[in-house]
Amino acid sequence: MFRNQYDTDVTTWSPQGRLFQVEYAMEAVKQGSCAVGLKSDTHVVLATLKRSQSELSSFQRKVFKIDDHMGIAIAGLTGDGRSLCKYMRNECINHRYVYESSMPVGRLVRQIADKSQVCTQRSWKRPYGVGLLVAGLDSQGPHLFSTCPSGNYYEYKAMAIGARSQAAKTYLEKHFEAFPGASLDELVRHGLRALQSSLSEGELTDANCSVAVVGKDLAFTLLEDAAVQPYIAALKEDEPMQAEGAAAPEAAAAAAPVVVPGAIEVEPTAAGGPDGGEAAAERALREGEGPAPMEAD
Amino acid sequence: MATVAPYQLGNPLSKVHAEAADGQRQHAAWSPYDDNGGTVVAVAGEDYCIVAASTRMSTGFSILTRDASMLLQLTDKVVIASAGMQADRKALHKLLQHRNVMYQHNHGRPMSVSATAQLLSNTLYLKRFFPFYTFNLCAGLDEQGRGAVYNYDAIGSYERSGYFCQGSGKELIQPVLDNQLKAASPLLLPPRSTITALPLDQALDLVKDAFVSAGERDIYTGDKVEILIITKDGTRRDELQLKLD
Repeated sequence: MFRNQYDTDVTTWSPQGRLFQVEYAMEAVKQGSCAVGLKSDTHVVLATLKRSQSELSSFQRKVFKIDDHMGIAIAGLTGDGRSLCKYMRNECINHRYVYESSMPVGRLVRQIADKSQVCTQRSWKRPYGVGLLVAGLDSQGPHLFSTCPSGNYYEYKAMAIGARSQAAKTYLEKHFEAFPGASLDELVRHGLRALQSSLSEGELTDANCSVAVVGKDLAFTLLEDAAVQPYIAALKEDEPMQAEGAAAPEAAAAAAPVVVPGAIEVEPTAAGGPDGGEAAAERALREGEGPAPMEAD
Repeated sequence: MATVAPYQLGNPLSKVHAEAADGQRQHAAWSPYDDNGGTVVAVAGEDYCIVAASTRMSTGFSILTRDASMLLQLTDKVVIASAGMQADRKALHKLLQHRNVMYQHNHGRPMSVSATAQLLSNTLYLKRFFPFYTFNLCAGLDEQGRGAVYNYDAIGSYERSGYFCQGSGKELIQPVLDNQLKAASPLLLPPRSTITALPLDQALDLVKDAFVSAGERDIYTGDKVEILIITKDGTRRDELQLKLD
């Protein structure tokens, strides 16, 4: 409609009170491959799907260590992500130099958000085209934050960003109540299962998946290739049990006759509200639907 | 000339002004440096490196503490030992530690001993006109797994050697090491390797004996010696008790 008239630069408002350039920047985040973050009472886990340009190239790094107690996963423009990563590392080092202690996570995230906001209010700048999932531990406990180009940031119990992240979010919403008490292994498995939901084709392998963990007595550790293989293998072992197990909890939650995945097609709208919602999500997962236009893997 | 107030006890600058008014030569009555004493020794072997430092910190003729560390373990394979002023040592070690973190972020691996050696030299020379009052040794295992010791002056001139010592007891210890570790003259060309062929335990005994002797005659060396032994299996820590006088 009027989109084209008001989207030339970031300092122009639209009549509806929107800044289209900022929204376009957030689209760039949705283009990036999926990154999932979740936390328990003691640990935070990041699980990401790496993309490669072609069969000949390596997979793009998505997870970066910022300091011993903090790390990020990025989705969107990798160059912008690396630039923010450099800034964050510098800030952490300077904080340690001056205060001899680790930088509180929320404070650094707020600095990133402030930095991002500046780029939305200068005619000679452009917004950052990257969203971050910041996982860290400080004196207040484990934290997971999500930042976006608009300069907004929120703290989360679990979150997913990037392409087809809605599917991962659906998984997280279903299971997040189990996270606080989960062990590190269970948490990583949940993360990988959430990540798996966002796959449109293919499957998680040690080449396209990278996981990072940080916890009270565990410095930020990146698990890639051989290190992540055991978790992916464990996921495969769980799978046959998953299909049977999935039916039972859904039935219990919906308080309806046993909902077997295959049967959903038969009675699409007959089931009640929550059931129908879950069924739609299931169907979407299996058919590999997601936010329509701009998905390219 | 305007009248100048006479010298006041406790006000260092008034002495300077008074002397200047008299036409006498001025020099500062306050120095930014203080020597906190202590001795450091490092010996490189075929597959090990021993770094030792006394733990006494002094000022003038008083002891400030018997338990101050002069060693910085930068990575598994690299240790920096600094004798001299404690404040400058702390500042230097802090700087090197943070540069090491930056290096690890950018290179994805820890610094090698030769990289650290060069970094230390550059860091010292940056303060060429207000030097760090530290007399340093950089020691560890090189990329081939052999022991490495680098010795420095206050402004960063450095050289790799098989062994060296720095600090208040260095004149007492260095000749002993020279005698025992069979150093070829450093004036020879091509330079001969001075890495000792002694096995680890013998070299360790030598270092300990050297400290005991130095502790007898050097008032600034005593209390304890902190010893780090770096091998391919990691770093081991040892302590030697010295006389408390």
